[in-house]
Amino acid sequence: MATAAGALAPPAVPAPSVVWSWLTTVDHKRIGTLYGVSGMAFFVLGGIEALMIRGQLAVPNGDVVDAEHFNALFSMHALTMIFLAIMPLGAAFFNWLVPLMIGARDVAFPRLNALSYWFFLAGALMLNASWFLGGAPDTGWFAYPPLTEEPFSTSRAMDFYTVSLLILGVASLIAALNFIVTIINLRAPGMTMLRLPVFVWMTMIVSWLLALSLPVLTVGLVQLYFDRNFTTHFFIPDGGGDPILWQHIFWIFGHPEVYVLILPAMGIVSEVLPTFARKPLFGYAAVVFAGLSIAVLGFAVWSHHMFTTGLGPVPRVVFSATTMTIAVPTGVKIFNWLATLYGGNIRFTTAMYFAVGFIATFTIGGISGVMHASPPIDSQQQDTYFIVAHLHYVLFGGAIMGIFAGVYYWFPKFTGRFLNEGIGKLHFWLFFIGMNLTFFPMHFLGVAGMPRRIYTYDADLGWETWNFVATIGAFVIAAGMLTFLWNFVRSLRAEANAPDNPWDAPTLEWATSSPPPEHDFDVVPVVRARDPLWHDRDNGLAPPEPDPNEHIHLPPPSYYPLLIAIGFALFGIGALSHLAVLALGAVVIVYGVWGWVLEPTGPEPGGAH
Amino acid sequence: MRLDRLRGRRLIATAAILVLGLALAACSDPQSTVDPKSDHTETINDLYIIVFWLAMVVFVAVLGATLALSLMFRERPGRVAKQIHGNSRLEVVWTLIPVVILVAIFVPTVAAISDLDHGDEDELPANTVRVEAIGHQWWFEFRYPDLGIVTANEMHVPVDTPVLVTLLSDDVIHSFGVPQLAGKVDMVPGREHRILFTPNEARPNAYLGQCVEFCGTSHANMRFRVFVDEQGVFDAWARNEIADAVAVESLSALAQEGGALFTNPLLAAGATPCIGCHTVSGSLASGTIGPNLTHVGGRSTLFAGVRDGFAGAANPDAVQRELERWISNPDDIKPGVTTRQSGMPAWGELLTGEQIRAIAAYLRELR
Repeated sequence: MATAAGALAPPAVPAPSVVWSWLTTVDHKRIGTLYGVSGMAFFVLGGIEALMIRGQLAVPNGDVVDAEHFNALFSMHALTMIFLAIMPLGAAFFNWLVPLMIGARDVAFPRLNALSYWFFLAGALMLNASWFLGGAPDTGWFAYPPLTEEPFSTSRAMDFYTVSLLILGVASLIAALNFIVTIINLRAPGMTMLRLPVFVWMTMIVSWLLALSLPVLTVGLVQLYFDRNFTTHFFIPDGGGDPILWQHIFWIFGHPEVYVLILPAMGIVSEVLPTFARKPLFGYAAVVFAGLSIAVLGFAVWSHHMFTTGLGPVPRVVFSATTMTIAVPTGVKIFNWLATLYGGNIRFTTAMYFAVGFIATFTIGGISGVMHASPPIDSQQQDTYFIVAHLHYVLFGGAIMGIFAGVYYWFPKFTGRFLNEGIGKLHFWLFFIGMNLTFFPMHFLGVAGMPRRIYTYDADLGWETWNFVATIGAFVIAAGMLTFLWNFVRSLRAEANAPDNPWDAPTLEWATSSPPPEHDFDVVPVVRARDPLWHDRDNGLAPPEPDPNEHIHLPPPSYYPLLIAIGFALFGIGALSHLAVLALGAVVIVYGVWGWVLEPTGPEPGGAH
Repeated sequence: MRLDRLRGRRLIATAAILVLGLALAACSDPQSTVDPKSDHTETINDLYIIVFWLAMVVFVAVLGATLALSLMFRERPGRVAKQIHGNSRLEVVWTLIPVVILVAIFVPTVAAISDLDHGDEDELPANTVRVEAIGHQWWFEFRYPDLGIVTANEMHVPVDTPVLVTLLSDDVIHSFGVPQLAGKVDMVPGREHRILFTPNEARPNAYLGQCVEFCGTSHANMRFRVFVDEQGVFDAWARNEIADAVAVESLSALAQEGGALFTNPLLAAGATPCIGCHTVSGSLASGTIGPNLTHVGGRSTLFAGVRDGFAGAANPDAVQRELERWISNPDDIKPGVTTRQSGMPAWGELLTGEQIRAIAAYLRELR
């Protein structure tokens, strides 16, 4: 209910139905769960798309899917994994953990947080609806004009692309601003910026990246939509436009986006490693500043995606230099993680397996990245499977391995239950072996000159063996994912027996119960050191007693976020179909915003946050 | 523990050998990016070798350290973790290590970029062969403005002679990629890009190229070949290409019948006739939308490198059957050809099997 007087206060009115309570929730933990479950579902969907791609490429002249479907599959695989799996999985951790880690009772704007999720869901469903409504986007996630313009792309697919991505972009933008405000304003007493857990730092950096890069993509998407629907010529050479302009716009967004995907995983690993090495993160400040440097430099490297588009020698030299520079802070992070292991007494839990596995596989992705940071080498590797290998080492070996480290680490906090360690390690090995089996051979395919995004290839080019091996690897990964889902379901049925701090971890989320109460903390913790729980443990400080008279105000549930998201979805559907639907959407949005503004959120006039 | 370390080391060594072996094995592949056959790709490859070895060093060092630290400091009864927070000197050291490695990559990179730049075109040697390569969905057009040659999907150049390729596109973005000779540069509509290389090994088998920027449905079926010939062979090829197509009178009866169909401006109601899109010089056919077919029977591949051509074919009748299949419904071989804008009709719906056979016979004899 809206307000709870102390932890044990009974609800004032009968609890609403379970479904309604989820639809109207503004609790950051429930929203985190919604993001997490949706992200996992889309990860499975993107994985199925990947299996179909690998099935088609297993042998030369494959016959599993036709050219049109293959092109849609690889485009949707990328869009799904980037926007609908890794980003929401990151958001799931942000939502769940940021308030808990900084000692807050919710995010700064709980209803905006709900709005962000419903926008995400609307965009995700709309993007995937394209499969059934005239064809999914089939021009790659990068959607280079003029291929994405009339007359080369005449179906509705690219309009689904622009409209869904615009809606997804709003979702991320809202969340980003919310987290920036939350982290700056809602820290517990004593939680100075340089005591923030690295994960929280990475959340803030990711939020800044999103806040600064998404508007660029938004402009590009609107221009592309206008080109397609209102005969503007932003990217059409015959009309005086420039297709290369789109590439600049897309990659000014697209490269920071890479760090949006990887920095949360780096944050997770920076929490998991110290806990299980049982020693503080080595070089905390260096790791934080390395993250900041990566974010700043991330805006200065976009043209390395365009080394073969005829850029002159000067930009190639400059963007090569900025790109290589990013390897420095990345290296600093890796060295500090390794130094965190040094001198430890390392407990190899499943989470730790994933975290150490992350260091290994992410490093491989980093090394191959430096190789094609050199433009002449890139002119051989660009758009070959070498790049596919590189990006999957970063996004699977990096982002996904990091995310699963987080899943195993925080599962007891999220659910009050442990994931089974034995099954978890089986899952790790299937993922680790599977991903190396899938993606390492792609380096060889790239060196042997196999281009990306081809639905078929001839025999006798030296590509058969490694394609076949890669396909086997993909199925090993799939087996790993099934193992995880089995573990997940099994654990949810098991007894809730997780203690508050099962791993003896140092950060604040472990100071409250597992799972935490709706109001997160009975008492807002006071932070005295960078690793607060270890500091209190080592100094014999007991957690403070709750004050039975304290009035904890929590924001009431609200259906307006859902309503506004439905309005926006209708608006988007209108942009793809008929003005009347668009007008209806506008009416719903206006009504929703009106209701939102006037909705009472405090127990009394001028009530607390 | 010592045994574990030993095992770890052996694992790393095995992995390294495996990686190297495989990387070298890729050299012999026909589209290999590390088997340079021109000055251009040799420059790239020399740089690649430096970067590859530096990458291997980092790979072995970091992965070895990860494995070693994980094994050395794993949980032991009685072990207490050292509570170290950091070390500024170490931070400086491992900030500098990547800097040094990157400088070692960056300096030769800049040198290579400078070497690869085609420079001022007016200063190129007089014998430079100039080619215009134009990307179309989904085939390559090659024009030799100085020689008056227009051909498709197969480019011939003389060995040890600079080749300046001007890259253009007729529709969407394509990329001209021929790993052994030139790396790749994109073909962007509305722009002109150039690539300069001097091939250094003539051979009867063509170098393989392919479009490497996604360009729509049949992107995978947009391939081309580059023949590096001895000067004499090149000259003979060029003379043949410059000449008009074989005179109709000298063709077989079936081919003559096919030629009549091919050049018939009213071939079928509701469809653009062959000559609306294709050129066969010396005949009525002078269309420029599709590939120039003046000497199509003399090419080693058909449909942009997707099938074997008549030249050197062990079984030309099989090639002709594929050509008939193509004329009947090109989508069978290259999806999207009939549905793209100004695409080729599926003639199987408009002509009889006999007529299609005649047209294929005609094209076969256009050597």
